[in-house]
Amino acid sequence: MSEQKKLSIIGFSGDFDKLTAAFTLATGAAAIGYEVNLFFTFWGLDALKIKQGRSPVGKGFLPKVFGLFMGGLKSAPVSRLNFLGLSPKIFRYLMRKNNVATLEELVEAAKELNVNIYACEMAMHILGIQKSDLIHEVKDVLGVPTFLKISEGGQTLFI
Amino acid sequence: MAQFNLDVTRDHCPMTFVRTKIQLSKLATGDVLDVLVTEGEPLENIPRSSTEQGFNVLSITETDQKGIHLISIQK
Repeated sequence: MSEQKKLSIIGFSGDFDKLTAAFTLATGAAAIGYEVNLFFTFWGLDALKIKQGRSPVGKGFLPKVFGLFMGGLKSAPVSRLNFLGLSPKIFRYLMRKNNVATLEELVEAAKELNVNIYACEMAMHILGIQKSDLIHEVKDVLGVPTFLKISEGGQTLFI
Repeated sequence: MAQFNLDVTRDHCPMTFVRTKIQLSKLATGDVLDVLVTEGEPLENIPRSSTEQGFNVLSITETDQKGIHLISIQK
């Protein structure tokens, strides 16, 4: 049997549409037998927070302020024409209406398909985020060398 | 040996593959999953990726409904 194909995605963006793209690729690839690694850093970490709405997650005053403004998966803005948070609601409505998986459904599917989810140690340190602030499916907290080793030999995308 | 059914005709990429894979992963050896799919991407890729992942595609048959096919996959 040939070696398992591999897709690794660096999830930098916390935008609703870009997270949707990342999780669509991740779940699609996992479903057809790829090993999939999702490495979230900076704004992308919002997708992994246990508290999905706006909440002062983070250790220290400034990280808490950041955490409050950024929020989690439920408060992710779209990258264009966000209209003060109205657009993600419209997108979710259109996705349900057209039987397209919503971002939340894609995240759940990724968990069920055993996609490997990693968090960036450096970005967590800056934002004062602890591993306990993140969903328990986060397999590990990594730095660049370990991510490069994990993603070696496969395709890597930056979203 | 058990037989299971799944209808992904109303789903879109990637959920057609995702829902199929999730159901396939729950099968015991010898179990069969019958998946209803539409033409195009699901019909082309579900049999191919299932075979690549070591499942046995028993049959692909067109149903009475236009453009809907039934794929039988065994673990």
